[in-house]
Amino acid sequence: MTLLKINDLTHYFGGLCAVSRFNLTVEANELIGLIGPNGAGKSTIFNLITGIYKVEKGEINFAGQDLLSKRTNQISKLGIARTFQNIRLFNELTVLDNVRISHYASLKYGPLSALLHLDGYRSEEMRSIAEAKQLLSYFKMEGLAYETAKNLAYGQQRRLEIIRALAAKPQLLLLDEPAAGMNPNEIDQLMEFVSQIRKQFNLTIILIEHQMRMVMNICERLKVMDFGVTIAEGKPTDIQNDPKVREAYLGDKFGAA
Amino acid sequence: MINPYIELILMYIGINIILALSLNLVNGYMGEFSVGHAGFMAIGAYVASVMTVLIFPAWPVLLTFPLAIVAGGLAAALLGLIVAIPSFKTRGDYLAIVTLAFMMMVKSGLENIDAIGGARGFLGMDRLTNLPWVIFWVVITIWVIRNFIYSNYGRGVLAIREDETVGELMGVNTRQVKVLAFVISAFFAGVAGGLFAHLLQYINPTMFDILKSTDILVMVYLGGVGSLGGSIIGAALFTILLEVFRPLQVWRMVLIPLLLVLLMIFRSRGIMGFTEFRWLIPKREKNDTPKNK
Amino acid sequence: MINFAHGDFFMIGAFICLLVITFFHWPFVLVLLAAMIGVTLLGIAVERIAYRPLRQAPRVSAIITALGVGIFLENLTLAFSPYPQAVPPIINNIYWTIGEVTISLLQVITIFLSVVFMLILYFIVQRTKVGIAMRAISWDKTIVPLMGVPVDRIVTITFALGSSLAGAAGMMYALSYPVIDPYMGIMVGWKAFIAAVVGGIGDVRGAMIGGYLLGALEILVVAFFPSTYRDFMIFSLLLVFLIFRPLGIFGKSKGQKL
Repeated sequence: MTLLKINDLTHYFGGLCAVSRFNLTVEANELIGLIGPNGAGKSTIFNLITGIYKVEKGEINFAGQDLLSKRTNQISKLGIARTFQNIRLFNELTVLDNVRISHYASLKYGPLSALLHLDGYRSEEMRSIAEAKQLLSYFKMEGLAYETAKNLAYGQQRRLEIIRALAAKPQLLLLDEPAAGMNPNEIDQLMEFVSQIRKQFNLTIILIEHQMRMVMNICERLKVMDFGVTIAEGKPTDIQNDPKVREAYLGDKFGAA
Repeated sequence: MINPYIELILMYIGINIILALSLNLVNGYMGEFSVGHAGFMAIGAYVASVMTVLIFPAWPVLLTFPLAIVAGGLAAALLGLIVAIPSFKTRGDYLAIVTLAFMMMVKSGLENIDAIGGARGFLGMDRLTNLPWVIFWVVITIWVIRNFIYSNYGRGVLAIREDETVGELMGVNTRQVKVLAFVISAFFAGVAGGLFAHLLQYINPTMFDILKSTDILVMVYLGGVGSLGGSIIGAALFTILLEVFRPLQVWRMVLIPLLLVLLMIFRSRGIMGFTEFRWLIPKREKNDTPKNK
Repeated sequence: MINFAHGDFFMIGAFICLLVITFFHWPFVLVLLAAMIGVTLLGIAVERIAYRPLRQAPRVSAIITALGVGIFLENLTLAFSPYPQAVPPIINNIYWTIGEVTISLLQVITIFLSVVFMLILYFIVQRTKVGIAMRAISWDKTIVPLMGVPVDRIVTITFALGSSLAGAAGMMYALSYPVIDPYMGIMVGWKAFIAAVVGGIGDVRGAMIGGYLLGALEILVVAFFPSTYRDFMIFSLLLVFLIFRPLGIFGKSKGQKL
């Protein structure tokens, strides 16, 4: 079943074309990689999908819904979550509160209930805490629940960002360079982590990444971009040998992986 | 019976606590810089006064006074709703100007309405505010705002302060949250205004200008942003210091800002910035992991 | 950082002017220099004592400190001058009538000075090393010292420049509207803030145009509406303006690259 369909997406920053006629079809449960040199437009596409940038040209369709007219929080509610290459946690809040923010759309009480402490308020809050703690314990992080997010180690912060996204119960997860700043060992753990959550939470994932080790190993399909234009797509093994890709991006480096 | 002077001070402390708590919601928890809080107070003061003096003077006071206070709060909340709208697209200094503009418009507007005294002020309120009523409203304010803070809307407020875009990405309806924050903040400022009017028994628009807003800002930042306990302490300390130093006359307001500046230099987040009294935190939010050191 | 005490620096400028004229009977140029230098020293002192320790603190703490400094200055002046004071004139104010408009020598001098100062300020900020450093600091405070910029010195210079202008303004005001009191600076300070926002934060031209616009608006509004509605109309117009240009006239959005 087609989960996400992007047609002819184009975006300009002033006079600079960041994304040019981008097309993508993603089936449920796929793990797709979006690669290309820095500035190729990959993060811009994520921002367009999630509504951070307004789409001016093109179409984006998710689970049968047109995303163009929707605000970011509505898009999130439909089931899309995103992480960032420079981790953006709620630094002053606890780990637990970071996770619980994602429950905003799913908590079943209104403002009046909250203000006057009516029925449902307390029980929903307890449910939210329990669910968040359960999620954290699945990733063996429940001991850090009351730690302030900014005090966590880099790897823990990365994982927290993804866990926070998972708490919103998304169908589609957009990961933006999750392996940035990691050594090969940590990347292996991350690959394991991503495969695990994909299975456990029934996720469809689009991954932006520069670490070829990770991309080649876990992605089923790749799209390569350069200067906003798609220059190649296909299976990792095909991309490996594509001369255009080699020229634009991989060059010699690829031989080593 | 309490000494009437002490009782008066306690009532002013109570009113200031309500003002500080309500402003802390927008400035402290949500991280905005609203400088027009006196405008909400003004509306509450005038609407409540108009109700008891002009509209329902003959009705039993036990009924009209709380109604008037609530009416004042609701009127202020309406203005809060209007002020919230620019906050969707504007933040920081630009929003500060918007709040300032609204406050000046309220003050100027009130000056031009002769039916309620215009610039000369409004007289005739009975001394309906007493200590039990003030305590009642202080408790309500603390309770409601605390419930709000520890709800998902409160977490939404914090998300807006920390990183609004990411909050939206995680599903927070930031518009809804901003409206709620401004409306609740304005409501309680209006309540404080109504209590103030029926204590002083005289109000005029000049009482609710930038100087008043500055007082409330000082109370909030003195006590500490993002902390209910902080606002309580800040308001109480500010009111008490103003009284204690009264014999110094004009030197009072030379000494107090000096102390404020010193406090900011040595403890810039205020007395209780971002920390909270344990008894104010709901049990479910407390850290219940056993300490294993 | 927003120096909300700036309006009170203006007020101190006016009072220095008063002191210097009353006790020393100095001529115009010396009075101007006294006001500018006096307030400059004040500004440098305030920056070192009250603002510098708060550089790393949250921005609102710095703003509250500025408000505190302002209140301190107002009341200190009030303690020494409980009643509004009259400033003795030191210039023979000549009036010229051109058609329906009357202008005075003082107004001409004020306009002339403001243009001169703006040009000098614009030149410094846009064309000198110091100016580039100032602008760099406003964009990113953290890495600028790593590039060899003496941040402390630049900030001090910035404050000195701004304060000297406040002093000059205070003096011109004192000569043009000869009754001064300690609270005269409050609205001026907030209006300066508004003018800066209307002009677009971070742009010197914007600040000047914002200032003139606000001043002109204040007078024009009274010409067409009853004078009691002045503030109401001005702030309504301000709000409408911000709806259409939320960043001010020359403001640039400090957009983040996501």
